[in-house]
Amino acid sequence: MSNLAILPILLPLLTGIILVFLNKRLPLVRLITRIMVLVNLAVVSIIAFNVIQNGTIVLKAGDWTVPYGIVLVADPLAMLLVVTANIISVACAFYAFKSLDEQRERYYFYPLFQLLIAGVSGAFLTGDLFNLFVFFEVLLIASYGLIVLGGTKEQFRESFKYIIINLFSSMLFVTTVSFLYAVVGTVNMAQLAERVGEVQQDGVLTTIAILLLIVFATKGALFPLYFWLPKSYTVPPTVISALFGALLTKVGVYSILRVFSLIFVYNLSVTHQILLILAGFTLVFGVIGALSTNNVQLIIAYNIIPAVGYMILGIGVFSATALAGTVYYLLHDMIIKAALFFLVGAMVAYAGTSDLRKMGGIIKNQPLLGWLFFIAALALAGLPPFSGFIGKLLILRGAFEEGHYVLGIIGLMTSLLILLSVIRIFINGFWGEPKSEYVPSGNPIKGKILPAAFLLVFTVFLGLGAEFVYPTVQTIADQMVDPINYIDSVMKE
Amino acid sequence: MEIIMSVLAGMLFTAGVYMILQKQILKIIIGTALLSHGAHLFIITMGKLNRGKPPILSEGVTSYVDPLPQALILTSIVISFGVTSFLLVLAYRTYQTNGTDNMEKLRGNDNE
Repeated sequence: MSNLAILPILLPLLTGIILVFLNKRLPLVRLITRIMVLVNLAVVSIIAFNVIQNGTIVLKAGDWTVPYGIVLVADPLAMLLVVTANIISVACAFYAFKSLDEQRERYYFYPLFQLLIAGVSGAFLTGDLFNLFVFFEVLLIASYGLIVLGGTKEQFRESFKYIIINLFSSMLFVTTVSFLYAVVGTVNMAQLAERVGEVQQDGVLTTIAILLLIVFATKGALFPLYFWLPKSYTVPPTVISALFGALLTKVGVYSILRVFSLIFVYNLSVTHQILLILAGFTLVFGVIGALSTNNVQLIIAYNIIPAVGYMILGIGVFSATALAGTVYYLLHDMIIKAALFFLVGAMVAYAGTSDLRKMGGIIKNQPLLGWLFFIAALALAGLPPFSGFIGKLLILRGAFEEGHYVLGIIGLMTSLLILLSVIRIFINGFWGEPKSEYVPSGNPIKGKILPAAFLLVFTVFLGLGAEFVYPTVQTIADQMVDPINYIDSVMKE
Repeated sequence: MEIIMSVLAGMLFTAGVYMILQKQILKIIIGTALLSHGAHLFIITMGKLNRGKPPILSEGVTSYVDPLPQALILTSIVISFGVTSFLLVLAYRTYQTNGTDNMEKLRGNDNE
């Protein structure tokens, strides 16, 4: 029974390995990818349902008792995120068939894609801080492969910076883990939480907490460490940008959520205060970036940053309401970012340019694309009845309840500016008259709209069907406030 | 002994950071390699250095080496080895495609 917990990692990993060998036969590779992403989604959904019904599944590798061996912890939070990641993987797989050129498909896109999913699922599921590093590396190395895929000038230029910054933070991660090991003598998250609780998190441990925050802030694109993100996320092909935007930064956010709700929760006046301040700056600077450019892909890439700000705000407030908001927003943001990248990718493919000033009146020829984008824009800004509304409402309500009025107001204002930044694309790109001097290239985009529509269905579901999802999320958040719940569920025999 | 190792790791970090801040791609890669060496030294030092002892805990053995850091360092070395070799290839291709290995010249405008 407990072996189920490894399937979300094992299935994409094996698929990836098999696809490497079949690489010469592209139609077969496409078919296997199509089948396996769907199988994978079905499997993780069943496991997630099981976990939410019957409680956390803990896999002890090699049957070593908990603090000594490697553990995978499939708790409801991790499983919800794994399911969302797999929904995105399905959409990306189907988008890739329609959007990637054959050259890129041949050069191991599908194996790398599967390995990325394996790494992301592993990072969500692991119950061990060092293994978190290992899975981070798995997904990062896959992402290194993906970001240079195709090998254009810009890709090399930006990916080199992306790799160096990630390598640096990975090395800092290892060093920090070794510090932590020296102080508390374990890398198992449950045991870490227990022992840090016993010594009531003194100065050394708080320093280590801040070091870990720097590591995850780099991966999760938090102020002031987000500078690498916008450009490196716009140079690869759309489907890869969507994968990165939807999954990679969210793994960083998830790590912050885990570490600062489970392990380092005894010195809130330092660690969570820093989180709050960083969240405020992340919100403001991210949205300024989104307003500063006319490149539609860059606008969407910049919009990743304020979303991270909201989630960190929820973690910093650290009440059950705000944490529920963070989890809800995390689910929403993964889906909506992928959908937006898809739609903008289709828009760029149709218009033949990513410069907003050269577009206009696209909705006349592509009404479906236009209205889907409109829905996605409203969902991103957090207007009801879409999914962003509920997450934002909970985060901001938590902030106001705990007396963080300034941050709450910054959050509300940022929301408006986010709406402005995306609706600018809608007004200038879709409305108005087609600009006569710039003829759209008119590439077919039908196959590109369907995956985005598929994701938007989930957005609408998360918004309108909140009563199906929200109770689970609230239970997760209620348990998260007290680390003892996680510790008990892992340490129990 | 731990003090000396920590100082050594610190020196590696210093040199690594200095190299990362250089403009030539190859120097940056050497910098990341130095950084990872520093990190690995830290891992092995943090598990307390006990020379000449087996990493085994069984009945009757009172003096032993902590085996966990050794497992961690091995994993970490393999990863940094792989990434460094990837980086070298990437650096070469970047140089070929962009015609420069100077980071100052590798800053670009919008990709249009």
